[in-house]
Amino acid sequence: MSTTSANSYWKANIKLVLSLLCVWFLISFVCGILLVDVLDNIRIKGFKLGFWIAQQGSILTFIALILIYIRAMDKLDSQYKQAASNDVQNTEGEAK
Amino acid sequence: MSVQMWTYLFVFLSFGLYIGIAIWSRAGSTKEFYVAGGGVHPVANGMATAADWMSAASFISMTGLISFLGRDGTFYLMGWTGGYVLLALLLAPYLRKFGKFTVPDFIGDRYYSQTARLVAVFCAIVISFIYVCGQMQGAGIVFSRFLEVDVTTGVIIGMAIVFFYAVLGGMKGITYTQVAQYCVLIFAFMVPAIFISIMMTGQVIPQIGFGSELVDGSGYLLDRLDGLSQELGFATYTEGQRSTQDVFFITAALMFGTAGLPHVIIRFFTVPNVRDARRSAGYAMIFIAILYTTAPTVAAFARTNLINSVSNAEYSAMPDWFGKWETTNLISFDDKNNDGKIQYVGDAERNELTVSADIMVMANPEIAGLPNWVIALVTAGALAAALSTAAGLLLVISTSVAHDMLKRTFMPSITEKQELLSARISIFVAVLIAGYVGMNPPAYVAQVVAFAFGLAAASFFPAIVLGIFQKKMNKQGAISGMAAGFIFTASYIIYFKLINPAASTADNWLFGISPEGIGTLGTIINVAFAYTIASFTPDPPDDVQELVENIRLPGEA
Repeated sequence: MSTTSANSYWKANIKLVLSLLCVWFLISFVCGILLVDVLDNIRIKGFKLGFWIAQQGSILTFIALILIYIRAMDKLDSQYKQAASNDVQNTEGEAK
Repeated sequence: MSVQMWTYLFVFLSFGLYIGIAIWSRAGSTKEFYVAGGGVHPVANGMATAADWMSAASFISMTGLISFLGRDGTFYLMGWTGGYVLLALLLAPYLRKFGKFTVPDFIGDRYYSQTARLVAVFCAIVISFIYVCGQMQGAGIVFSRFLEVDVTTGVIIGMAIVFFYAVLGGMKGITYTQVAQYCVLIFAFMVPAIFISIMMTGQVIPQIGFGSELVDGSGYLLDRLDGLSQELGFATYTEGQRSTQDVFFITAALMFGTAGLPHVIIRFFTVPNVRDARRSAGYAMIFIAILYTTAPTVAAFARTNLINSVSNAEYSAMPDWFGKWETTNLISFDDKNNDGKIQYVGDAERNELTVSADIMVMANPEIAGLPNWVIALVTAGALAAALSTAAGLLLVISTSVAHDMLKRTFMPSITEKQELLSARISIFVAVLIAGYVGMNPPAYVAQVVAFAFGLAAASFFPAIVLGIFQKKMNKQGAISGMAAGFIFTASYIIYFKLINPAASTADNWLFGISPEGIGTLGTIINVAFAYTIASFTPDPPDDVQELVENIRLPGEA
């Protein structure tokens, strides 16, 4: 197994996870807790925005985050498999 | 048909279904017993995880608590769902790739240490045991209230059912019963919610009804509820009362705890591969979100309805449900000014009505005057929620004893047959002890259940995440981190909840963090200890570093 493709796979993975966790933190802790009173000044129909994010929006965001993660990882996995098999061919070629 | 008859019918049918599944899915090997053979479809595992996760507390108590806490109740909603993001992104895929049976398996192998394994076994048993006693107690209460048997008989019936499918089928039996239990509990939760939403706002979807105008023309639901609350001197429903830092810490503790609970983690060992582990985390999140986005709507509907039905009403003219719930002491009326009317107000001096949080889900259909079969459904749903969670927890206790303690530590020479037998015996013993505690609940069990989260947050969550993402984390760091986090969190909770409950006020709390939220600080302490100790002790051996590299990559275990 090639270390270059493994390394770039892991780096891409970390980048993806960190950016998703930033959104996770921003929506739940920042919007749902820290800034909830400020956001409550905005009203959408029967909801104050902060309250809605805290009790509904955050949960919907969590679903979206996991679904994005599943799709992105599937893509990353197949790219990695492609790269790993290319690497193997290259090293075999050099050996000859 | 009467409510009683409908209740018997639903409980009888659902239990028959669980027993049928148990007989169909008997386990023949330890792999089937521990991880259902590793071939569970991600959708089925998503449902099973949701049922495993949503306990009697989620089904019965949470909505009621939110009803009385208003916006502060948010920490339950975000805390108990946000943890799944952590689970899906940081734990589930890697633990599935690791490909063993239990959480102590991972901790023991990753930290190349029997001490680490035993610390993990200890944490897993304590956390699961605290939690399972609460479930048994919950099942007992539901039985006694709705089937009019006493709590002891109720607990025995619950024990017998769980015993039957858990001992016969292990994880395999539990998985497929949990799929059925998820269907029962979500149906039982959604039907009354949809009914009441249509009744009050004309909207079929409760999440939309939540933000809609009431059909009686008194404006938006939440505005009306805020108005009623202010009029009667309660806290405004959509505003918070707790300090921001406490809400922050409680939410984080519940999230970290959710991601660190062994009975949830082991569900991801049952799917065929890493890709399916990620998928089933997604399904689990969706299945859980159905209940968790509906719960706050029911909380608001039920609260508005309750105030409208009781406030300033003649006591003698109250409908049947009032008297029925009075006999269970979940609702009580004390006519302080002797005017024969119910004064339900925020001022404790003048308030004449005490309402238990548990009543909001269980009595809600009756208060709203829904049909008898809907009222009866709630019982079957509550039992499904309690039993499914209890079974998952008992399995953790059983695998910790049979697999981690016997096979992997003290008696490595036992055969698979002997291991399977000891797994069955330990589940049997665990059911008996849990049942005993359920029948004779120490006063503090209910309070302590929520703290299983704090303990899981402070012990497992950091140890597992560091084990995956920090290749150089060694056994000394992990063991001292888990021990420090666990001891700190347990002492704080024991002090404020058991030894000196009178002192449990915001002034005495460390940084204003309540015992519910202290698990977050425990997590931080765990990580701090782990890094400090690891920095001046030797790196893990090469084969362990290779193991870590391997679980990070896609492909089969």
